[in-house]
Amino acid sequence: MDRHFFDELNSLKQELLNMGSLVEEMVSIAVRALVEHDVNLLETIRQNEARVNRLQVDIDEYCLKLIALHQPAASDLRFLLGISKINAELERVGDHTVNICKGISVVLEKEQVKPFIDMPKMVEIVSSMFKESLHAFVILDVDKARMILLRDDQVDQLRYKIIQELIELMKKEPEKVETAVSLILTANSFEKIADHATNIAEVVIFVAQGKDVRHHFEDPLL
Amino acid sequence: MEGDYKFRINNLNVFWGKAQALRSISIDIPANRILGIIGPSGSGKTVFLRSLNRMNDLVPEISVEGRILLDGEDIYHPDVDPVKLRKRVGMVFALPVPLPASIYDNIVFSPSLFRIRDRKKLNHLVETSLTSAFLWDEVKDRLKTSALRLSGGQQQRLCLARVLAMEPEVILLDEPCSGLDPISTAAIEDALGILKKNFTIILVTNNTKQAARVADNTAFFLMSEMIEYGATEQIFTMPRDKRTNDYVTGRFG
Repeated sequence: MDRHFFDELNSLKQELLNMGSLVEEMVSIAVRALVEHDVNLLETIRQNEARVNRLQVDIDEYCLKLIALHQPAASDLRFLLGISKINAELERVGDHTVNICKGISVVLEKEQVKPFIDMPKMVEIVSSMFKESLHAFVILDVDKARMILLRDDQVDQLRYKIIQELIELMKKEPEKVETAVSLILTANSFEKIADHATNIAEVVIFVAQGKDVRHHFEDPLL
Repeated sequence: MEGDYKFRINNLNVFWGKAQALRSISIDIPANRILGIIGPSGSGKTVFLRSLNRMNDLVPEISVEGRILLDGEDIYHPDVDPVKLRKRVGMVFALPVPLPASIYDNIVFSPSLFRIRDRKKLNHLVETSLTSAFLWDEVKDRLKTSALRLSGGQQQRLCLARVLAMEPEVILLDEPCSGLDPISTAAIEDALGILKKNFTIILVTNNTKQAARVADNTAFFLMSEMIEYGATEQIFTMPRDKRTNDYVTGRFG
C-alpha cells in the first residue's frame, strides 16, 4: 500500500475519465462521418479503439487490486463497482462507433439515398446523452442521470421512424437496398450508444444513492 | 430483523459522573442473531455492552436511566439479582484472562460457584463448552495443564468456553479478537456463527470488517449516540447516514 486509498480512488476515476474522453472523441467522429460525410478520421477511431481496449483491461485490474487490498465498503464499494460497470459500457460504445464509421464508408461509396432529417436529430440526442452521462458521473449528479433515462424513449421512437422510412425506400427502389441496410445498421448502432448512456446514468444513481433502477426494479423501501 | 427480541431497550441514558456516556439509545435486539456494534473509541459501545448485564453497577460514578428489558423483564428492577443476570448474560473481554489454574478448572470454576458438584455433569460441561468454543480437539488430551500455557487465541476461546459453561442466553463480546492473529480470529468468528443458533450474541468491535463478516445486524455508535441501526448488509453497502458512511469507509475514526 504505497499510496493512500482515497488517492487511488481518484487516480482510478481519472483513468476512467481519460477513457471516457477517448470514447467521446470516437462518438463525435462517428457523428461527423454521418452528418458531414467525413470519413478521413477512420484511422483516428481505430487508434482510439486500441487505446480504449487497453484501458478497459487496466481499469478492471486496478479495480480488482483496490477491492482486494482495501476491502472497501458503502460508497467506496459502490464507486468501484460503478467504475467497473461504466468501463464495460465505454468499451462497447467505442465498438459501435467503429461499426458506424465502417457502415458509413459503404454508404458514401453509393449515392446519397435521401436527405437525412431524422438521423441527424437522433444522432444529436444520442451524442448529448452520452456526454451528459459521463458528466453526471464526474459530479455524481442524480437529477442529470434521471434526465438521461427519460430521453431514451425519444431515441427509440426516432430509430423506429428512420427504419420505417428506409423500409419504404427499399420497397420503392430495391436497387438501394444495400445502402438502406447500412443506414439501418448505423441507426441501430446509435440507438445502442443511447442504451449504454442510459446504463451509465443508472450506474450514477447506484453509486450516488445505492438505488438499483435497472429494469425499473427500484426498491420502494429506499 | 424480524422474529423475537431478546432485549428491548428504550431511551437508555447513561451518565458517568456529570458526563453523558450514552444518549437516548432505543434498540430492539433480535434473539439468535449476532448484533455487531461499531464506532470509534469513546463512542459508548462498551458502556452500552456493560449496561446489558449490569457490569456498570461496579462503577459507582455510573448511573443508568431508561429501560432495558430482557425477555420482557426490566433488568434494573430492584428484585433482579445482578449475579443471576450475569449468568444469563455472559461476557467475554478484549484480553483473555484465564485463571491461573488448569484448563479444566477454568471451565468448572463458575459452575462450582453455583453449587454444581456432580463430577459427571462437570465433565460433560467441560466437553460441551470447549467443543462449542472450537477448542476441545486442541486441548482434550491436556485438560489438567495450566490454561496459561495456551496460546492467545486458545486462551480467548477458553474464556468463551468458560462463559458457555454457565449456559447463558446472551453472550456479550467486547473486542474479543483485538489481540489475535487472523487464524485465531477466524476460529472465534466461525464459533460465533454456529453459537448464534442457541444464543443471542452482541459483539463490540473496532474492526468494522469483522462486523461485516459475522454480524446479522449492525449498530453504529458515535459520541454517545446510536447513529444508525440496520441489517449489516445495508449498513455496509448503503448506509442511510453520512456519518455511518464516513466511518465504514474509513474517512474518520
